[in-house]
Amino acid sequence: MSEPVIRATDLVKSYGGVRAVDGLSFEVSRGESFGLLGPNGAGKSTTMRMLGGVSRRSGGRLEILGLDPDEQGPRVRAHLGVVPQQDNLDEELPVRENLVVYGRYFGLPHSYLRPKADQLLEFAQLTEKASALVSELSGGMKRRLTIARSLVSDPRILLLDEPTTGLDPQARHALWDRLFRLKEQGVTLVLTTHYMDEAEQLCDRLVVVDHGRIMAEGSPAELIRRWSTREVLELRFGSGRNAAAAERLGGIGSRLEVLPDRVLVYSDDGERDLEEISRRGLRPVTSLVRRSSLEDVFLRLTGRSLVD
Amino acid sequence: MSPDRPLPDGQGLLRVPRPGALYSGNARAVFARSMRAQWRTNWAVMLSGFVEPVGYLLALGVGLGSVVGEVAGPDGAPVAYAAWIAPALLAVSAMNGAVYDSTWNVFFKLRYARLYEGMLNTSLGPLDVALGEIGVALVRGGVYATGFTGVMAAMGLVRSWWALLMVPGAVLVAFGFAAFGMAVTSWMRTIQQMDWVTFLSLPLFLFSGTFYPLDVYPEPVRWAVQALPLWHGVELLRDLAAGTPGAATAGHAAYYAVLVAVGVAVTTARLRALFLR
Repeated sequence: MSEPVIRATDLVKSYGGVRAVDGLSFEVSRGESFGLLGPNGAGKSTTMRMLGGVSRRSGGRLEILGLDPDEQGPRVRAHLGVVPQQDNLDEELPVRENLVVYGRYFGLPHSYLRPKADQLLEFAQLTEKASALVSELSGGMKRRLTIARSLVSDPRILLLDEPTTGLDPQARHALWDRLFRLKEQGVTLVLTTHYMDEAEQLCDRLVVVDHGRIMAEGSPAELIRRWSTREVLELRFGSGRNAAAAERLGGIGSRLEVLPDRVLVYSDDGERDLEEISRRGLRPVTSLVRRSSLEDVFLRLTGRSLVD
Repeated sequence: MSPDRPLPDGQGLLRVPRPGALYSGNARAVFARSMRAQWRTNWAVMLSGFVEPVGYLLALGVGLGSVVGEVAGPDGAPVAYAAWIAPALLAVSAMNGAVYDSTWNVFFKLRYARLYEGMLNTSLGPLDVALGEIGVALVRGGVYATGFTGVMAAMGLVRSWWALLMVPGAVLVAFGFAAFGMAVTSWMRTIQQMDWVTFLSLPLFLFSGTFYPLDVYPEPVRWAVQALPLWHGVELLRDLAAGTPGAATAGHAAYYAVLVAVGVAVTTARLRALFLR
């Protein structure tokens, strides 16, 4: 791994006594794709804002490309591309000018921005909408324009806060493809997402954050190995009967989880355990053996209760 | 999704920002953006702002002036009432344009459009945003002042070449109000609070020595008016229109220089507090 481009040490952010970020330490190498996972309110967006040089930390140290973003905001942000969680497009300007004007904020020349804007419009499939006003765009189009805008300066680090929320599957896959190519060119990606498949697809390494702290860190495969079993057996005995059935599943799998609608058996061999279950005379209404996913890890680490 | 055409690396063409947290040295990008946004859609509204002081000049200066006759000018010599209130109306129009640009326009960008948030995700700093946005208000002030000075000349109300300095003078007045107005707006949270802007600028317009000299007031009231910004703008432009600038004129200009400095500094600090928390 090459020299880290982001180095966070004991990063803290408090808002009026509440610690939204409570001592995060991590490093991201050049060309790496790094994910921040966590439930709502875990401190992901706050962390992203500090990385983006738009939020001053309350404690700890932070270096982006060797600079302190609190002291050298403009110089740090010059190398960043930011996709915020909520689109903040310029509603007073047409679509194409949104790209050109944004590029001007970086001091880029018009001679570069004219062809670049056309290229990005094509990427975002908005060429036909070039002279439309932003307010005429659908939610998905706005999202694509925001993403295209973040690329106008060919950033070295791309910060994506839930980039594909509101996109249809086609646009999501097109974006994943684009991000993968950027990564191949050496662009560092930092992203937050609620989609575990997206994290598995895109992230070389990720951290699961909850209550402003890192709960686990590793590659998607490592996290699954460490925090879940190879397979998960999902059994439905009918509502109201799951808990009673679960009492007779002792010794099967390495861990059981009883939910209102189903019982999850974490297992290294789901088919074998399913046979054992039927040997015990249990007849689930439906049963399903599937591979363990990052979602299982996420729910294990951050709990199933709803936040917000 | 077509393959990328070869374009130069954008990072290689970046303008290297100045060191520090507040200013990248690229306020003109913000200025250009807002000029584009404002004049693209609102040019008719923008030009209508110029009609207002001309209307006042005709109704009050020429119409009411025919009853009033002559009043004492800045140097004590009698002048036509129209010639006396014209520079005051110019100061008012510079104030109104700047206040509108720096309060209502800025308020919507601050609270609803999330525009500054987007700008501060780039290499821009809060001082770039403050200077760029205030700069737009100056253009309006400058356009109104040039047009109005032309109208004054055509009506024979200009008596000295000093009157040409009314244009930069009016821009300075606009600068002061824009810087101050943007700073105040940064604290506004609701549209109801914004109504205070209108509520406060109307008496400023009526009672700042615009239509009659301050000596009609009892002394404490006179002091109060003299502490407020519009009176200094009115006097500054009136001295220039009459061609009788003096130490007091320089004092009025200095008042605005301070207003500009304080306004820009406070606006920058507030943008930082709001968007770089």
